[in-house]
Amino acid sequence: MAALRAGKTNNEADQPSSPVLRFGADKPLKLDAGVMLSPFQIAYQTYGTLNDARSNAILVCHALTGDQHVASTNPVTGKPGWWEVLIGPGRIIDTNRFFVICSNVVGGCLGSTGPASTNPATGKPYGLDLPIITIRDMVRAQLMLVDHFGIEKLFCVLGGSMGGMQVLEWASTYSERVFSALPIATGARHSSQNIAFHEVGRQAVMADPDWHGGKYFEHGRRPEKGLAVARMAAHITYLSEAALHRKFGRNLQDREALTFGFDADFQIESYLRHQGMTFVDRFDANSYLYMTRSMDYFDLAADHGGRLADAFAGTKTRFCLVSFTSDWLFPTEESRSIVHALNAAGASVSFVEIDTDRGHDAFLLDEPGLFAAINGFIGSAARVRGLNP
Amino acid sequence: MSVNRAPRVDLEVVANLIPPQSRVLDVGSGDGELLELLQETKQIDGRGLELSQRGVNECVARGLSVIQGDADKDLQFYPDKGFDFVVLSQTLQATRNPKLVLDELLRIGNRAIVSFPNFGHWRVRLSLFVKGRMPVTKDLPYSWYDTPNIHFCTIRDFVNLCEELGATVDKATALDANGQKIGLSMPWWFWNFFGQQAVFLLRR
Repeated sequence: MAALRAGKTNNEADQPSSPVLRFGADKPLKLDAGVMLSPFQIAYQTYGTLNDARSNAILVCHALTGDQHVASTNPVTGKPGWWEVLIGPGRIIDTNRFFVICSNVVGGCLGSTGPASTNPATGKPYGLDLPIITIRDMVRAQLMLVDHFGIEKLFCVLGGSMGGMQVLEWASTYSERVFSALPIATGARHSSQNIAFHEVGRQAVMADPDWHGGKYFEHGRRPEKGLAVARMAAHITYLSEAALHRKFGRNLQDREALTFGFDADFQIESYLRHQGMTFVDRFDANSYLYMTRSMDYFDLAADHGGRLADAFAGTKTRFCLVSFTSDWLFPTEESRSIVHALNAAGASVSFVEIDTDRGHDAFLLDEPGLFAAINGFIGSAARVRGLNP
Repeated sequence: MSVNRAPRVDLEVVANLIPPQSRVLDVGSGDGELLELLQETKQIDGRGLELSQRGVNECVARGLSVIQGDADKDLQFYPDKGFDFVVLSQTLQATRNPKLVLDELLRIGNRAIVSFPNFGHWRVRLSLFVKGRMPVTKDLPYSWYDTPNIHFCTIRDFVNLCEELGATVDKATALDANGQKIGLSMPWWFWNFFGQQAVFLLRR
């Protein structure tokens, strides 16, 4: 937590505690914004061993505020990896069998080049001088990492939410490099409602006087209040009304009666405040602006003349899509429209909707239905790929 | 979507119509029994469409490529002649628009295989004729008010529909109550009376 305390620059941004791949002037990252990012770096984690044929690699794409620490302790929070329920030795995605790669996306704040990284031109953090990063830019950078490992074809690319968008981008733009794709709780575009929620979050950050036009590090400040409010609003969208009611109802927080004031009388208020406060300890406010923007800009059909099926024309990749009944951020219909496009493209596709009241965040949780689907899909894909158990 | 709870005596007949390595779409794939059989014995490239979420989840957990969807609504998304065979087993009678569904099957597949319970079977006729009641049998266990089978037909009805849609019957098989094939040389009226189920191989 100390890494991100107010007034200090983010050490994990420039000198992360995970491996880093640095690209010099000879290997710039071409951005959709029309400029080159150079130099730049990618921070990543790997688990397991790449086999001799380099055919057992699985790339995990993280979500909006995720990071590369998918299956090992997070150096900032000290908490377990964000998908340790799924990935690890003997887990559904067994690292004794597969070589799992997870990198911090470009624009992130845990070691890959992002707004908190030092701009070599000024010696100060980029702030808003970093060009806008798109989902495709993130994937281009990941491709350079995959090339670095000499992996011709990834066995599987998987991820949820913003990670799922990266999976779709991978399968569309580099389909010959992807044997199987597992986009979870995601969409081929960000809906108007989702853009609206992101805009609320960004405005909350920018309304904080400590934001200083994005140059808060130079002022020795951080827009903690604004970022916490952004997180609180976003967090509601990750849950469902039913789950909130089940967990909190109208229960009061450490009190017997209403206080007739604006303290956190209700448990849900206290919970959200806690979520906001712990988030600012681990995440950079400008990075939050960039990450939300990348999702807003994502529209895979628009990139292919308005016809989503054309994004997957001729694909040989095996797909499995998963949605959750109570996810109102990426409702099942979003997944279904991708499935229809894949059908029209003649692709091999599985699609399951998991019945749960845990909302969008269900993809990060111990959901037996999700695990059974992933297990079945990965298992059959591995058989076809000739990967022995 | 496979709403008939009777043992799937038609599966073997259907499987025998499909050559190895074919591309197959199973519409109403249930728990994946046919797809799994075909993958194991014929090494087919199989896909499934299934209405019940439980069936789909079971299929995917077993490693089959199956999506949740509705034959009445979702067949339109598949490309023309995208499959060698499209199978509709024990599901036609449960669709809202059997004519449209059959039309789509013939568009999507080079061949369509359709199996269905025969409402012209003598037991069904007997129930109506003697008791004056909608038949409830071991194989058709629903009452009229709760049945998912909203569009029953007889073998003769189905042959008429095929003619209307310009479909050619390459092969037809009727199965008796024990799942045994009824002699090929028998005339339609005989099949329509003694066939409990029918399996048709169609093309257009």
